[in-house]
Amino acid sequence: MEYLIHLGILFAIYSILGLSLNLVVGFTGLLSISHAAFYGIGAYTTAIILTKTGLGFFTSLILGIIIVLIISFLIGLVLSKFKGDYYALGSIGFNVIVLSVLLNWQDLTAGPLGIAGVSRPEILGIDFSNKFYFLILILIFLLIFYLISLFITKSPFGKILKAIREDDGAIQIFGYNILYFKLVIFIVSAVMAAIAGSFFASFVTFIEPSSFAVSESIFILVVSILGGLASLRGSILGALFLVLLPEILRLIGFPVDIAGQMRQVIYGIILILLMLYRPQGLIGEYKI
Amino acid sequence: MKVLEIKKLTKRFDGVFAVNDLSLEIEKGSVVGIIGPNGSGKTTLVNLLSGIVPIDKGKVTVNNSKNFTKIKPCQIYSHGITRTFQHVRLFEQMSVLDNILVVLTERNIFGSLFVKYGDHCHKYSKKILERVNLWDKKDKLVCNLSYGQRKLLEIARALATKSKIYFFDEPFAGIFPEMRKIVASIIKELKLEKKTIILIEHDMVLIRELCDYLFVLDEGKLLAHGKPDVVLKRKNVVKAYLGE
Repeated sequence: MEYLIHLGILFAIYSILGLSLNLVVGFTGLLSISHAAFYGIGAYTTAIILTKTGLGFFTSLILGIIIVLIISFLIGLVLSKFKGDYYALGSIGFNVIVLSVLLNWQDLTAGPLGIAGVSRPEILGIDFSNKFYFLILILIFLLIFYLISLFITKSPFGKILKAIREDDGAIQIFGYNILYFKLVIFIVSAVMAAIAGSFFASFVTFIEPSSFAVSESIFILVVSILGGLASLRGSILGALFLVLLPEILRLIGFPVDIAGQMRQVIYGIILILLMLYRPQGLIGEYKI
Repeated sequence: MKVLEIKKLTKRFDGVFAVNDLSLEIEKGSVVGIIGPNGSGKTTLVNLLSGIVPIDKGKVTVNNSKNFTKIKPCQIYSHGITRTFQHVRLFEQMSVLDNILVVLTERNIFGSLFVKYGDHCHKYSKKILERVNLWDKKDKLVCNLSYGQRKLLEIARALATKSKIYFFDEPFAGIFPEMRKIVASIIKELKLEKKTIILIEHDMVLIRELCDYLFVLDEGKLLAHGKPDVVLKRKNVVKAYLGE
């Protein structure tokens, strides 16, 4: 049971990440490869606050949101001027910068050693160090983010996002300043990723910079693409599949010392096969 | 009354003049044709006026009041200008209906998030799509439409904005005769509504039928202008089109 709850929590975290990235990649057509950076900022904010101050989890969550709001606003402002390949390259650059900061700002982040001893949340007398309660809590957050994403994508604003994805030059002719639309959705997406990061840090209780490298951004991208671009349910499906995949591989009996590498190989193969045969993902609407 | 006044407009690409010191005036409520051989600067002119391409030099005045030497694409809507493209630019992976609804969306973030499409939007979209015989295709993705249907949808999308000035860049190119009739009737209706239409077209029969006034461009410069019947008889115009 403990094992299933563990998988459930990971599934919820990656569902939030997949959902939030889908708003940017699937609905707006901006190939962002920087999601792990915001995920990492959220995780490190929580880890630092919980281990170095007397403040609680939800205070760290709010501080993480504020920090990501500011950073995503500044980065989004720069990235909103790009499109296509340039957007992707710019976003990778940002992820690399964040990773470098996490690795080198040793006084704050402890560098490559990471931060251990991050505690679980406790609110209104409920101790979320109980994994089952933690699962319920993060599932509530997942539901909230799903409903927010549904509201955004079903609103007229969502149609503008899709129009930007289809032809960002043509939609401007009709009076829409796409910079604002791109910026707003980028910030919303980044905040969701930061919250997922806070939960991740609190759940695993130990974080290190390598968890937030570009490869993690690519993994989150695979979650969004596999399930389906421009499909919220697709992101959930993608997260479910990719969280369960390592467990399936474990059951198949890959030797432990190559299991990690094989997992990367399989993710790569999945991505190639999807691009070849089903670019819109399993239940997606949009083809890259 | 002049609705559009262009003074000494210039655009160069890699040293080559696409539009060269061009000045012209367009009267309100008229259908103005812009013709010229390929590469004469017709589409560049429309791209300059719609902010797609930045202006190098020159000034544009809209409605005798709003002057601009630089304009962003998202600003032309507020000047009452809309356009279609020579090569159709629709929102391909969206439905036909959504291609109309999207331009009826509030222009600001909060409005677009919280103001839903009312009944009037749906009724208006239906009216517009029925006008171009696409209502029965409303749920189809645009990428599944024929070329002619896509041309009509692009015109319908422009109509949905209720603009005062329409730039139509070769709206008749590559479409069936029945569809040509629809486009021609739309242009005539817009004229009756006192809208101003700037029409880039190569079909001289349509130019004669629809246009009140004609500008002929060649190598980015104004070669001739006047009433179509007069201009199309001029030797230098015939020479520019047909060569020696």
